[in-house]
Amino acid sequence: MELSTLSLKELSDALREKTVSARELTGAFLERINRFNPELNAFVTVAEEEALAAADEADRRLARGEGVTPLTGIPVAVADTICTKGIKTTCASRILENFIPPYDATAVSRLKEAGAVIIAKTNTDEFGAGTTTGYSAFGPARNPWDKDREPGGDGGAAAVAAGLVPLAVSFDSGGSLRRAAAFCGVTGLKPAYGSVSRYGLAALAPSLEQIGPLARQVDDLALLYQVLAGPDPLDATSLPAAGPGRDGAEVTGPAAGSKGLRIGLPREYFAGEQLQAAVKERVLAAAGILAEKGGEQVDLTLPSTGYALAAHILLAAAEASSSLARYDGVRYGYRSPEATDIDLLYKKTRTEGFGSEAKRRILLGTLVLSAECYNDYYLNAQKVRALVIREFKEAFTKCDLILTPVTPGAPGRAGGERSPLLQYQDEYYTAGANLAGLAGLSLPCGLVDGLPVGVQLLAPAGREGLLFWAARILEEATGRLSPPSFQE
Amino acid sequence: MNLEKEKVKHLAELARLELGEEEAAEFSRQLSEVLAYAGKVREAPVAGMEPVIHLLSLANVFREDEVEPSLPREEALANAPHREEGFFRVPRILEEN
Amino acid sequence: MNYETVIGLEVHVELKTEAKVFCGCAARFGAEPNTHVCPGCLGMPGALPVLNKRAVEYCIKAGLALNCRIAPFSRFDRKQYFYPDLPHAYQISQDDLPLCAGGGLKIVNPAGEERLVRINRIHLEEEAGRTYHSGTGTAGYSLLDFNRSGLPLIEIVTEPDLRSPEEARIFLEKLQEILRYIEVSDCKMEEGSFRCDANISVRPAGSREFGRRMEIKNLNSFKAIQAALAYEENRLGSLLAAGTPPEQEESRGWDETRGMTFFMRPKEKATDYRYFPDPDLPPLVIAEEWVEAIRAGLPELPEEKKNRYVKEYGLPVQDADLLGSFRETAEFFEATLRCYSGEPKTVANWVMGDFARLLNLEKLTPAQSKLKPEALAAMLQMIDDGQISGKIAKTVFEEMFYSGKSPREIVAEKGLAQISDENQLTAVVREILAKHPGPVADYRAGKTKALGFLVGQVMKETKGQANPGLVNKLLREELDK
Repeated sequence: MELSTLSLKELSDALREKTVSARELTGAFLERINRFNPELNAFVTVAEEEALAAADEADRRLARGEGVTPLTGIPVAVADTICTKGIKTTCASRILENFIPPYDATAVSRLKEAGAVIIAKTNTDEFGAGTTTGYSAFGPARNPWDKDREPGGDGGAAAVAAGLVPLAVSFDSGGSLRRAAAFCGVTGLKPAYGSVSRYGLAALAPSLEQIGPLARQVDDLALLYQVLAGPDPLDATSLPAAGPGRDGAEVTGPAAGSKGLRIGLPREYFAGEQLQAAVKERVLAAAGILAEKGGEQVDLTLPSTGYALAAHILLAAAEASSSLARYDGVRYGYRSPEATDIDLLYKKTRTEGFGSEAKRRILLGTLVLSAECYNDYYLNAQKVRALVIREFKEAFTKCDLILTPVTPGAPGRAGGERSPLLQYQDEYYTAGANLAGLAGLSLPCGLVDGLPVGVQLLAPAGREGLLFWAARILEEATGRLSPPSFQE
Repeated sequence: MNLEKEKVKHLAELARLELGEEEAAEFSRQLSEVLAYAGKVREAPVAGMEPVIHLLSLANVFREDEVEPSLPREEALANAPHREEGFFRVPRILEEN
Repeated sequence: MNYETVIGLEVHVELKTEAKVFCGCAARFGAEPNTHVCPGCLGMPGALPVLNKRAVEYCIKAGLALNCRIAPFSRFDRKQYFYPDLPHAYQISQDDLPLCAGGGLKIVNPAGEERLVRINRIHLEEEAGRTYHSGTGTAGYSLLDFNRSGLPLIEIVTEPDLRSPEEARIFLEKLQEILRYIEVSDCKMEEGSFRCDANISVRPAGSREFGRRMEIKNLNSFKAIQAALAYEENRLGSLLAAGTPPEQEESRGWDETRGMTFFMRPKEKATDYRYFPDPDLPPLVIAEEWVEAIRAGLPELPEEKKNRYVKEYGLPVQDADLLGSFRETAEFFEATLRCYSGEPKTVANWVMGDFARLLNLEKLTPAQSKLKPEALAAMLQMIDDGQISGKIAKTVFEEMFYSGKSPREIVAEKGLAQISDENQLTAVVREILAKHPGPVADYRAGKTKALGFLVGQVMKETKGQANPGLVNKLLREELDK
């Protein structure tokens, strides 16, 4: 049986029917990881021993038939910015190269409670600051469709696409998870802000980021999301159990079925020169599929879209400069051997420990928060944020979901020399959802020159179910993608 | 906004980073470019907008005043680069006090 | 020329909650290093702060006791600086929206003048860890303990309304008294739960401009505060008198042994702490009802109490001061009064006298002692009823203090009840008169002083248990026969 292409439901059924044991399943995926990861570099750490122990525990659960969930015995990869108790968590940074957290992130606890097997930690840009994994201290991950291409800002999507794991959990502070899903041809969700606990996610931009699921197909994505989402007393910005924003886990369409679906197409997301014609065509084709099923396309305008990216750049940097200040070599992590006094301890440790993009954001953020720039940059960015929220809010009175591209083109060459500004502009289509706290689902909508591109569906908090529902319609119409070289 | 090399070095000092001349010059170039773009937030039509300080409309999120178990000391110190008798150890602090 | 001293204070007070302000670690002093720490108060990646509700309530309580306005909307900001005892490299504090603002506290200065010391603000923040320096020179190093990291701390900032080192001390003593009274802090200077930085400047009397300001840091006793400020007042006055006012504002330390302040560093014009709102902590919306509920829970404050003691109980001012300054003492006093129908002054004397002496001896507070107010009341009643003598009462009291037994039990066990039986006492009186013919003759010869000696002999014979009034009466009767 070729396990690597089975859906979560198929794997789960196989485990329950004992056609395969959790240990065998984990072993099979470990084998694929060992075979293919050297060329993909999708993982920073493979937790073989811990995974097999967890698989054995899952087998005992399955044997007893108690507390079995759809995730019991299923291997899941977790981004290396998410803390895993007893498993090295480096955030793809030299400054944490040997850090072993004594605690689990809430997302990880929830996975473990469901019986999932944490199998590996995925590669990302250092602390998630970047869009291509090019800033990982452990080398970039590769795109399984073309190893010379970047895989988006997260190795988890590459791993899922190549069938090295059935599911992955990553995070998104400006679009890295959604871009990675689009570029690797899988589905990914950045949940609405507050839906999934951030406890245990090494912070980069705490007001912008969310942990989210990656999967090969929409049903699996929805299932994984349901496990991750929920209130958490350890995260004060986690939405409470009841109330607006907390009823989005179930896959539900609009009351009138697809007939009632209003699909918003914001002009600003389709107008720019940078959007490649072929991508635009695939994305509009996706809108067309939903319209064909009876939905209605609504022309929208979100005039602040350009300002939104500017505000996102400033806020992400401001928050990063503060979030990354704690890495000083005092209590854990890397300490420079040249640290002979406390001043050198800080300077040498941080200088040697951080890579260039982390430093760039720290410098920019330090500037943005300085007394002389605070009003002009930080406060104005937060005001732009208010504007963006208002525009989205208005938009959602006219439509149920917004449909946009994820990226302007297909994945670029890995290691290409692009200026930081150009890289920040990679998130033009995705940053708005982070600023406004919306849910954003990315799914494949076709190939351009043999490389996958994606469509993004946006909805307000609490309407994730609608996103899954619409995404499933698109998935049925367009079919799923698998990178050719990893099919056996 | 043009971010001078000297200014970059000052920011690095504040953030406890050391930059070589070339590196500072490169950051100065790159960040000036970023600021030229991102600086447009200053021209955005935001008159009358309240800055978004908190995204969610949550307030008064509390924990009760109850003690929960701390980490075993061994775990608290396990990642320490240098420890001594239950303490984290750091090199001398060159300070007036 | 005459000079005027201007002093403002920044007081840091650790709140005595059970748990720390943003995590569940125990907020306890004196534990083994790094045993009350977690990912949160160690600043590990991904850990998030969640605010302890009681810490907010205590801060509001302090604000109410100091007559502050409680902010209807408040939030937390990150104050960013690098120091090894600060695990996130930012302190969660409050910048422009503190919990409490305005307010003030009246004191009476040594000249007997009443002064209102205005409070600028009170805000809630987290405490840093502790650093211990070891070794010297290049061999020096530091050890860090994060047990203290994340304790709830309030910072109370006064306006520059104090005019002398004595006033500063009096203000701080009064502040400490109130904060202990409302039970938000132990305010132990020696443990660092009550700390003070003082800003002092000196200007020509009548001038409206302030002189250059010196900040004296880390003053750890009331004595040190007054002494350091007095030294600095003098130094600044001399500089002014010599026509050489200080050139810069400075942070200065206090050298206890040499009795002088010393230069630490120039006061940076304005350190840019790059404050910004903490995205991890939703804001506080403080409803009127919540504030009122906290206000309703406030005890009577020492000032009101002392006034009431004078007015209602007719106590001398000194007694009222002594009893009212410490909440447990005041509560003990009042609880005793509730079970006792006699004179308040009688209760006051016992509480300030024997009780205070024994507490002091055993280093206990009233609540820690075994003696209960009901027991003291019962004993006082027994004296009033003539069941025990005042002298015996002292023995009974000591026994009550150490054993926690009721006075009745003690009197019964030890046979200490007063002898008021006339027949029994008459026999003793006759016996004494027979034994001491000399004093008897003296008395009869008009030397009435001899009576005192004879009373003493009867008391001695009865081990102090005889009813002294009755002994007097019987002796006179026998002698006058």
